Amino acid sequence: MTFVIMFLEFFKTGLFAIGGGLATLPFLYDMAAKYPWFNEAILSDMIAISESTPGPIGINMATYAGYHVGSQYFGIPGGIFGAILTTTALVLPSLIVILIIAKFLERFKTNQFVKDAFYGLRPAVTALIAYAGYQVVAESLFRFSTFFETMQIGDLFVWNAIILFIVLMVLSRVFKKIHPAAWIGIAAVVGILLKF
Amino acid sequence: MRLLWDLFFTFFRIGGLTFGGGYAMLPMLQNELVEKRKWTTEEELLDYYAVGQCTPGIIAVNTATFVGQKIKGFWGAVFATAGVVFPSLVIISIIAGFIQNFSHLEWVQHAFAGIRVAVAVLVVNAVLKLWKSGIKDILGIIIFIVTFVVSAVFSLSPVFVVIAAILVGILAGQVKRRTKK
Repeated sequence: MTFVIMFLEFFKTGLFAIGGGLATLPFLYDMAAKYPWFNEAILSDMIAISESTPGPIGINMATYAGYHVGSQYFGIPGGIFGAILTTTALVLPSLIVILIIAKFLERFKTNQFVKDAFYGLRPAVTALIAYAGYQVVAESLFRFSTFFETMQIGDLFVWNAIILFIVLMVLSRVFKKIHPAAWIGIAAVVGILLKF
Repeated sequence: MRLLWDLFFTFFRIGGLTFGGGYAMLPMLQNELVEKRKWTTEEELLDYYAVGQCTPGIIAVNTATFVGQKIKGFWGAVFATAGVVFPSLVIISIIAGFIQNFSHLEWVQHAFAGIRVAVAVLVVNAVLKLWKSGIKDILGIIIFIVTFVVSAVFSLSPVFVVIAAILVGILAGQVKRRTKK
């Protein structure tokens, strides 16, 4: 029975969490309060783990909860079954919705309204992504909170991160053929060696 | 059948190499789908992100479903989606099963401070590429600036931004055709 409820809860999350990973968080907090599957402390650990492992947080949390609950009943096989079950439940609504939209777009690709809509959308989405990019840059290269406390201009810049940023920027423009993941690997090693 | 596995493993790589969620996935998608495989164009990628902003689910999953469906129909969508989810499934099961306090390890934190810088570089590069395919005229520049400022000042849900941009696009199209006649 627990498995059925878990499937339905994660299906609901997948259906109503609109706009990407962090949108699943309120649903997950709600689940933490309602069921004994995981608590808020585990959830905040999970947010940290999701930032340090590949993959979207919603998927990671679904996998974690499914594994955790399943393994209480049937050990490791139960855990794996639970993880697959909850992850499938989370993904299924968007799979269905996107398949329908993809079919719709295929048919109406030449429709003038659809064309105009996407003409307006592309710059807007570029801006949304650019703003997300700005936030990533600001968080990793600057320390605004420390700066506003001390008002020392030197506290604003994270120098080692800024230097790494410039070096990687130049290298990635010179060696365009190199897979983006390689830069992530290099940066991880530099971070460990220089104790970022 | 080969194409299905090709979809699975391409998205498996994308899912396994993306740190930090939806937007950080963009450089990987550009590299694997647009440049290497030529499965989609930059414009289509933008369209998928736009649709992903206002439909349920995680953007990475939505993009996988879209591309899979385009390349090989229903099963293409299923294989691509399974591929993008699979790395998380494996990694988190291992962490849930064996390692506690993974993210509190000191070297992990150092590594991720470094990785965040690389992600910043990759996202900036990705945005520069998108700029070329997403913004073609003055109206595009205006929509870009307004959206950027609005997202920075108000923490508005992207859903509203998307709806507003659709309306502006349709309106601009109407005006353009009227004035041409």
